[in-house]
Amino acid sequence: MFAEIEQYFRTERLPHIWCPGCTNGIIVKSIVEAIQKAGLDQDKTVIVSGIGCSSRATGYLNFNTLHTTHGRALAFATGVKLANPELNVFVITGDGDCTSIGGNHFIHSARRNMDLNVILFNNNIYGMTGGQYSPMSPSGAKATTAPYGNIERPFDICNLAIASGATYVARGNSFNTRQLTDIIYNGIANKGFSFVEAIASCPVYYGRKNKLGNAADMLKWQRDNCITKEAADRLPPEKKQGKIVTGILHHEPAPEYTTEYQKIIDKFQGGEES
Amino acid sequence: MSAVAETTQQTPIAINLSWCKACGICYALCPVKVLGPDELGKVTVIQANKCTHCKICENHCPDYAISVVGGKKS
Repeated sequence: MFAEIEQYFRTERLPHIWCPGCTNGIIVKSIVEAIQKAGLDQDKTVIVSGIGCSSRATGYLNFNTLHTTHGRALAFATGVKLANPELNVFVITGDGDCTSIGGNHFIHSARRNMDLNVILFNNNIYGMTGGQYSPMSPSGAKATTAPYGNIERPFDICNLAIASGATYVARGNSFNTRQLTDIIYNGIANKGFSFVEAIASCPVYYGRKNKLGNAADMLKWQRDNCITKEAADRLPPEKKQGKIVTGILHHEPAPEYTTEYQKIIDKFQGGEES
Repeated sequence: MSAVAETTQQTPIAINLSWCKACGICYALCPVKVLGPDELGKVTVIQANKCTHCKICENHCPDYAISVVGGKKS
């Protein structure tokens, strides 16, 4: 029931600006449910976002929120966390915001392993600016700037996160909301850089350009084309072809940045703040 | 005032029509066709007695316009 999570929303700002059938709202609800499940203090939780459709989420969430510049959400979040490591910091970003404009911030944030929870809303396109292809638009997909199909290859952002040193990497989709809530919840528990790719659908630009049907058809596509990691591990390779693997893909704890930084402070200042 | 409209005794589904954007996800996913479109394409309850409280509509409404009242807690 929405009444159970109403306290986490700025309800006077609703309904939100997202298009009919955009599943960003479903993902935001999963984030909120994971925060509620983890019992985080609203006043000690900060949600930082960049620019784009997904990044509008901070306007509707009743936490300390920061709507920053394009691609720089992770840079702002790094500053927030380093200034006050007690805060629980979440970053909401999109596929364009995180992998294109903020690509460098992303790999270095993952490498540093600061205790941030990053949720990337992957709708495969730049929705807000009119449907240009993004670094995560699949090859062959049509977009405003790729009318004959995209000739570039997309990032596998989860593999990029693992290669960059993220300690928790998971993928979910907006159809399987229970799984999405669980993987975000597990990411909160990980002390380090937690990255969750949430597959969203954009029926207005990506869906319409690629003739994927209406909003419900696109959700059903997610249901039919995603398989959990547990199921994928048991399947032969030919049955996994073209399927998107969801679930916890990587979890390998490592020393966390703010903890290591505090050790330096303790070592040279005896634990006293100057 | 609560953002979600109060449900009546006859229907287990509370709908906040002012938040509904007529995307059609809820009535396309409802396994027992409790929900359907009204003349504007927004959600309406067409056969309340068939509702199994599965909450697929509530969980997949991107606009938080549906609340299923009663049934097992998810």
